[in-house]
Amino acid sequence: MATLKELAAKEELFTGGHRLCAGCGIPPIVRLILKSTDARIVATTATGCLEVASSIYPYSAWKVPWMHSAFENAAATISGVQTAYEVLKKQDRLPGGDKEIKFVAFGGDGGTYDIGFQALSGALERGHNFLYVCYDNGAYMNTGIQRSSASPQWGNTTTSPAGAVIPGKVQWRKDLTRIVAAHNVPYAAQASPHNWRDLHKKAEKALAINGPTFLNVVSACPLGWYTKGQDSDAHVKYAVETCYWPLYEIEEGVLKVNYKPKNKMPIADWFKMQGRFKHLFKDDEGAAKLVQIQERVDMEWQRLLDLDGMRL
Amino acid sequence: MKECKPLALGGDLPGGCADDYETGSWRKFLPVLDRDKCIDCLICWVQCPDSCIIVEDGKMVGFNFEHCKGCGICDEVCPPKVKAIRMIEEES
Repeated sequence: MATLKELAAKEELFTGGHRLCAGCGIPPIVRLILKSTDARIVATTATGCLEVASSIYPYSAWKVPWMHSAFENAAATISGVQTAYEVLKKQDRLPGGDKEIKFVAFGGDGGTYDIGFQALSGALERGHNFLYVCYDNGAYMNTGIQRSSASPQWGNTTTSPAGAVIPGKVQWRKDLTRIVAAHNVPYAAQASPHNWRDLHKKAEKALAINGPTFLNVVSACPLGWYTKGQDSDAHVKYAVETCYWPLYEIEEGVLKVNYKPKNKMPIADWFKMQGRFKHLFKDDEGAAKLVQIQERVDMEWQRLLDLDGMRL
Repeated sequence: MKECKPLALGGDLPGGCADDYETGSWRKFLPVLDRDKCIDCLICWVQCPDSCIIVEDGKMVGFNFEHCKGCGICDEVCPPKVKAIRMIEEES
């Protein structure tokens, strides 16, 4: 694992000048992952904030070969690129084909949990050699904060607006990391950019593995979470400290919890700081919902602790 | 059968040319570094969304104001005991 000084000395592969919001949580994830291997990287991104903001014509923030994908097919695109590479290499038609290349697909939660899910599941099953990174900010932020299957329960979004009819999104979120792990891939993990060591280590591990690997990384969104840009790093930290976003990995079927907070932060303390949950702090009904959420988070965390060190 | 015409190439752009695009004008607050306090932990470097922390020989030497959007993450992640970065209002 490299130190920050070593990482800073490496070439920056995702430049500034992209049009992501001030305080966006996505770029630190991308920058760090692109620096987590010495091999060359070919990347693609599902349509989403990262894709549109990093490639506004005639500018590109990518210093690695990068390919545009539609919303639903980042995993299919990277499968195709990787297969073409293997074929050309086999036929000896690739200049510099002896050099090692890593293939990485980036997608938001909308492009991964929902719209790109079929392509992802297919690529994982076919066993392509690639890393899929999902930056999960819990809604379709790029198109105007619509709910996704990663949106937290009782969070306000524009398609699950908190009001007289419903108090935000009704359903609990999809547990994508578990679903990916159920494809029996060699490596799947959850990470957070605030803990850069953990994220870097996981990215290094995933990129070194030959086969489909998956990283689910929480990403703060000042626009959709109704938070301040400067607090983005703190918010993903709280997501981990509350055990809402546990840091764990499943390597060759064995689950390992990477971080266990000494004192679990109450979920209400974190929700209170975000505008998307402000309706839960107005009355007793909201307070009861917060208790419910805390119970569910505790239950999920306990389930994970019970599985710690076990082969799934 | 008609002869096929090759498709025109799309944008022929050098990688990373967004580097030439200025986003510094978005800024309302400006980070200021106190070099005497800085311990070069580089946490600000790894957390900056706009790749704006300039590091030379492992030392944090300043900010790239062409791209800095003034989000203030560098100020927030600077360790509490160090506090080498503070945000001041941008002069218009």
